[in-house]
Amino acid sequence: MAAAAPGGASTSSRIYRGNVLRLIGPSWVIIGIFLLIPVILTVVYSFLTKEFRGGVQWTPTLAAYDQFFFDRGLFGDEPPRIEWTYLGIFWRSVWQAASATLLCLVIGFPTAWFIATRDPRQRATWLFMITIPYWVNLLIRTVSMKFLIRDEGPLNSLLMWTGITDAPLGLINTNFAVQLGLFYSYLPFMVLPIYAAVERYDFSLSEAAADLYSGMWTTLRLVILPTVRPGIIAGCILVFIPSLGAFLAPDLLGGAKTFMIGSLIEEQFKGAAGNWPFGSAVATILMTIIMAVLLVYARAQGKESK
Amino acid sequence: MADAGTAISIDRVVKRYGSFTALHGITLEVGADEFFTLLGPSGCGKTTLLRAIAGFDDVTEGEIRLYGQNIANLPPHKRPVNTVFQHYALFPHMTVTENIMFGALRLGWSRSDAEARAREVLSLVRLDSFADRKPGQLSGGQQQRVALARALAPRPKVLLLDEPLSALDLKLRQAVRAELKSLQRETGIAFVFVTHDQEEALTMSDRIAVMSAGRVQQVGTPREIYEAPTNRFVADFIGETNLIEVEVKRVSDGRAEVVLPGGHITQCAAASQSHAGTGHISLRPERLTLCPAEAGDLGARVESLIYLGTDIQVWARLPDNERLILRVQNAGSIALPAVGQEIGIKIEADAARLLVD
Ligand SMILES: Nc1ncnc2c1ncn2[C@@H]1O[C@H](COP(=O)(O)OP(=O)(O)OP(=O)(O)O)[C@@H](O)[C@H]1O
Ligand SMILES: [Mg+2]
Repeated sequence: MAAAAPGGASTSSRIYRGNVLRLIGPSWVIIGIFLLIPVILTVVYSFLTKEFRGGVQWTPTLAAYDQFFFDRGLFGDEPPRIEWTYLGIFWRSVWQAASATLLCLVIGFPTAWFIATRDPRQRATWLFMITIPYWVNLLIRTVSMKFLIRDEGPLNSLLMWTGITDAPLGLINTNFAVQLGLFYSYLPFMVLPIYAAVERYDFSLSEAAADLYSGMWTTLRLVILPTVRPGIIAGCILVFIPSLGAFLAPDLLGGAKTFMIGSLIEEQFKGAAGNWPFGSAVATILMTIIMAVLLVYARAQGKESK
Repeated sequence: MADAGTAISIDRVVKRYGSFTALHGITLEVGADEFFTLLGPSGCGKTTLLRAIAGFDDVTEGEIRLYGQNIANLPPHKRPVNTVFQHYALFPHMTVTENIMFGALRLGWSRSDAEARAREVLSLVRLDSFADRKPGQLSGGQQQRVALARALAPRPKVLLLDEPLSALDLKLRQAVRAELKSLQRETGIAFVFVTHDQEEALTMSDRIAVMSAGRVQQVGTPREIYEAPTNRFVADFIGETNLIEVEVKRVSDGRAEVVLPGGHITQCAAASQSHAGTGHISLRPERLTLCPAEAGDLGARVESLIYLGTDIQVWARLPDNERLILRVQNAGSIALPAVGQEIGIKIEADAARLLVD
């Protein structure tokens, strides 16, 4: 037999390729099980027929989408008419999530700035303190929030006792209560990426700006915000997306008036009134919109950095 | 009353960081059209002083005046002073042109004026073709020139430069040196230039302040600093020199009579605060000549010869075992001594100088 193969390089690269497969294999399995399969299932279910008392029949149909978009369906005799109920819920959810994101940004940016400009030894402590409330389950935190802001709760009692107001503010069951709940649920997702960006910020840039005749606010607007922008955008995405699909805060703090997509989807999978294909269709539409927004953003980023 | 010819006057400025004193009462004056250099070893407080002038740090004591006006309470963005930072500090998200226009726009110039000015200073630093790049796409030397252009663009009254040439290679450094010097002459504004490179300081400056450990050791023209250093630190820091311990017999009218090792008595210039007793004289290596053993002011034994191309260095030991270095021009005709040979050393007239310890 021939001793050594002449093509040493190709042999080693074949070995290398085999290793790579073995190395990335597990991550593909995980992505497959936890990401791809659920997404595919959702999409597939949205095209199936509703079974009475939950579940599906394996008969393909567009009924779920028809229900979402059209009042008088595509398949009737009369011309189709748009169904505004669900689009309205969608719009309200986007608006609520955007408000909560803005609230998180306005509070989260100064917080992140404060932490990142502390002594390095103190930073870990501050970050730790930010995350402490998140050791408690989201449901319990949201219920506590409800307890805090309801008309007979401690917040209103305090305000009335100190004489700042003489009647309860009536915070509960309002849009603002929902935004407050979302803000409280997702604040760390805003603080942490901004903190990471500010920590990397080179403060001599602020000195250079001051040297070149710009005051504090001009420096913030023209130098600091553009440089830490990736952190701000990451924070906004991380808060906006879960807020859009949230159902705990709207259910517990918002009451019936502030019904959001998350609750709509949740309802379709609960009990006998549920409609799995419809729930899947709403989820699919939501995912599609988020993906589209993220893609447009990624495109814009890619172009800019060139 | 302010002297119209003085751009910056620094009056007994002290800067402390906690218990550490970075500046021990600095007093300096910089002329309105002067190329003034702060020269000193790393950590002596050059950047600290520059930052105090720019307004980034408060001074603990003392006063800084800009054209007669005390600027203690003026924040950096209100001082008509621009800085070229040691580490550039260019805005990474802006193009070269946007970086350069930044200052002028903040001062309220129109966009077209600022653009025209940006083009002007870009060609001054020879970066015309890089106008639309981002700082991240430039080499270190190019970034440094952008930093220079950015600081010059808003026409400051004083330009502060913190080691602006340190990232350039030798050729470029020499070219930019000459450019900076002529730039200063053209603009007619005061430059305060920080460096720890003595050659840079000697070739560019109108005047130099030599600093060490938070104190100004000497202020003078390059020639004064080099030829008439007042103390041991300055003589040692600027150029090569031999510091020889001598017995000082008499000091008067800036002249001293000293006893050299080996017993010869010689006259030499004396720094103003030198006094009789034991002292040190500075002997520049290029101002010493070789001669036969008995004929010299000093006697020594040759230890080694070092070939430097244009020059040859002769390392020798004095009788008291101190080392002495001479520089001999490599003229072809000279007869070099052999290693181990006893030689005489003649001190050229006025080559020796008595220093303050
Ligand atoms: N923020 C600070 N806190 C404490 N000490 C400081 C601080 N900034 C500077 N120092 C100290 O002050 C001294 C002077 O520093 P400075 O930066 O002025 O030196 P430099 O002359 O510019 O040196 P280099 O040539 O290395 O840039 C140094 O000993 C430094 O350690
Ligand atoms: Mg420095």
